[in-house]
Amino acid sequence: MTTTPTSGAASPPRIADAAMLPSGAETAATSRRRRTRGGAYWQAAPMALVFLLFFVLPLVVVLVVSFWQYNSYSITPAFVFDNYAGVFDGCLASLPSLCTTFATYLSTIKFCLLVWATTLVLGFTIAYFLAFHIRTTTMQIVLALVCIIPFWTSNVIRMISWIPLLGRNGLINQILVGSGLVDHPVEWLLYSDFAVTLAFVHLLTAFMLVPILNSMMRIDRSLIEAARDAGASGAQVLWNVVIPLSKTGITIGSIFVVTLVMGDFITIGVMGGQQIASVGKVINVQTSYLQFPLAAANAVVLLIATLGIIFTLTRFIDIRKEL
Amino acid sequence: MAISDETKTAAVSRRSLLKAGAGLAGAGLATRLSAFPTPAIGAEPVTLRYLSTATNQSPAIAEKAMEEAGVKIEYVTVTTDEVAKRIITQPNSFDLVDSEYFSLPNLVPSGNLMGMDAKKIKLADKITPVLTKGTIDGKDVGSQGSAPWKYFYLDGRHSKKFAEAPTEWMTLIPTTYNADSLGDRPDLIDGEVTHWSALLDPKFKGKAALINIPSIGIMDAAMAIESSGQFKYKDKGNMTKAEIDKTMEILTKAKKDGQFRAFWTDFNQSVNLMASGEVVIQSMWSPAVTAVRSKGIKCTYLALEEGYRGWASGFALPRTLRDKKLDAAYEFINWFLSGWAGAYLSRQGYYPAVLDTAKEKMEPYEWAYWYEGKPAEKPIKAPDGTVIEQPGAVRDGGSYETRMSRIACWNSVMDENEYLITKWNEFVAA
Repeated sequence: MTTTPTSGAASPPRIADAAMLPSGAETAATSRRRRTRGGAYWQAAPMALVFLLFFVLPLVVVLVVSFWQYNSYSITPAFVFDNYAGVFDGCLASLPSLCTTFATYLSTIKFCLLVWATTLVLGFTIAYFLAFHIRTTTMQIVLALVCIIPFWTSNVIRMISWIPLLGRNGLINQILVGSGLVDHPVEWLLYSDFAVTLAFVHLLTAFMLVPILNSMMRIDRSLIEAARDAGASGAQVLWNVVIPLSKTGITIGSIFVVTLVMGDFITIGVMGGQQIASVGKVINVQTSYLQFPLAAANAVVLLIATLGIIFTLTRFIDIRKEL
Repeated sequence: MAISDETKTAAVSRRSLLKAGAGLAGAGLATRLSAFPTPAIGAEPVTLRYLSTATNQSPAIAEKAMEEAGVKIEYVTVTTDEVAKRIITQPNSFDLVDSEYFSLPNLVPSGNLMGMDAKKIKLADKITPVLTKGTIDGKDVGSQGSAPWKYFYLDGRHSKKFAEAPTEWMTLIPTTYNADSLGDRPDLIDGEVTHWSALLDPKFKGKAALINIPSIGIMDAAMAIESSGQFKYKDKGNMTKAEIDKTMEILTKAKKDGQFRAFWTDFNQSVNLMASGEVVIQSMWSPAVTAVRSKGIKCTYLALEEGYRGWASGFALPRTLRDKKLDAAYEFINWFLSGWAGAYLSRQGYYPAVLDTAKEKMEPYEWAYWYEGKPAEKPIKAPDGTVIEQPGAVRDGGSYETRMSRIACWNSVMDENEYLITKWNEFVAA
């Protein structure tokens, strides 16, 4: 589980580093270029070392262990594909009904899509409002802070605070029953897909909002004026000017949201009453029963799946170029 | 399994205070000890790093141990799973560990624990026969699952095999044990619950919860399934693949029909589910019932016809422990069995390994309430002095004999554990 968020958080700065290297060097003379290059490598070295130690190395260990053998009290070096076979056990045989792994991924991807779409609409709308409808910078900063300050509290606390609100005897149900709108408390508010999606949207909207806002603030206002002058309607300006120029923010926000949802097991566990599967929870159960190689294989599959989604996302936009 | 439970409930402030104190003192001592391993420092107390869940950890016990046995205890608090993981992966990170019997089949083959010398345990022959032989008052206790007496002795000090007959080398010296059952909210339920089958009774649709720890959850489910007459197990604690399949099929159907409101993994979750009324019946640990009740909410720890699921934990020593630390560990264990700690834990609702010594340290009215199933003569107090029961109250489940004699199965790790975990993940995903 730990690998996925790391990879998500780690990618943007690494791309940024890589992009900086050649651009400075190309214009310089050959002799100077060599020196600048060397200097740039030295400058990048501390960061690279940190990545090597805390990102690449653990990842390699996970990869290596995923091919090992295990029993209930030890793991032994080997090179077998048993763990991967275990992850996909019965997946082909049981078609068309889904095996555990497919069902789990399907459920996780469903949340991914739901949360991504909702946070995108919310994040984009709020960012648009902040960027184009608030006139003074002070007010913009104040309102942006209003959006972000709640995120200074712990994830878990923000999530758990929904429970007294949504529960069978919670505030919403008390109001609904008290006002006579329903006879019995509404059960699907808590420990349901709805509750999980709600909590995710609550937790992750800021991750979408901030990059989009950042992109929008950098849009040259004269472009919008030009579009207006050329006779574009509000919708046309939005579709042909604002959205294309916000694509970087949208993509980065999407990467955050997708990787966080894919790797999560706490939100799904708490808000879903532990009755909804998530890949993270499967890995968690396996590690607690000391099935490290199997858990590692699962983590590698999850990493590949997440990277696949991010790869697809980056097809829509070349982040390096835009940055 | 009432072990990973109180990790959070046991007063954090007390524990952290103690940790800070013992930690500071311990750090200084440990370095001195290793630097000058001479008899000259014999007067200094030895520090033991005590790894376990919070269940048996208490600053009061550590304080008393320092005072009476001259051993400094430095608690390392983790969850049940983490205890097992540490023994396997970091066997040098503790000097004394409190683990559960059902983990032993996984721990002993690793060779990281040593057999404990029964001759050095003064009260070894006074340990309750419930755990050593599986009998109480000459009657047999249910032996399904990883019953403690099956894993009580090793072939030799460093053996990786369990002994068939009693030997000099003990795997664990029991600390606490008890029996788990279902808990309910009598104020939200019509009629009385008398059978485990209630867990799967459609009457409680959407209001039942199950523990989400595969090896234990499946046993609670098996108790319910057997009680409802749908299926009979040969050994609920060691199911065959076919039995696991059958159990999971019934559970999955119940889940799809909306029987369960939620699953829970830790003590606090079970307390919250019950206290908030989200759930009216669920797998429950005896201290969790007390916790719900202490909020002024009615909650019963059910004495069901089919009996209880038992669990037991005990002290083990890492293989590498030697010299002063080893002596100090035996010293501490002997002290632990000598009564004060047993009386202390009894007031939390657990049972100690040696009953006679605990009895000496308890008031007669306390003993009558906690062990004899008699109505309380005076207000019953928890170890910290808060009143938990008024005069006249009777302990759920009755006397020690009644409870222990009705254990039907024990927490266990099955031979088909791997298969079970796969199936359990499938059940959660269903």
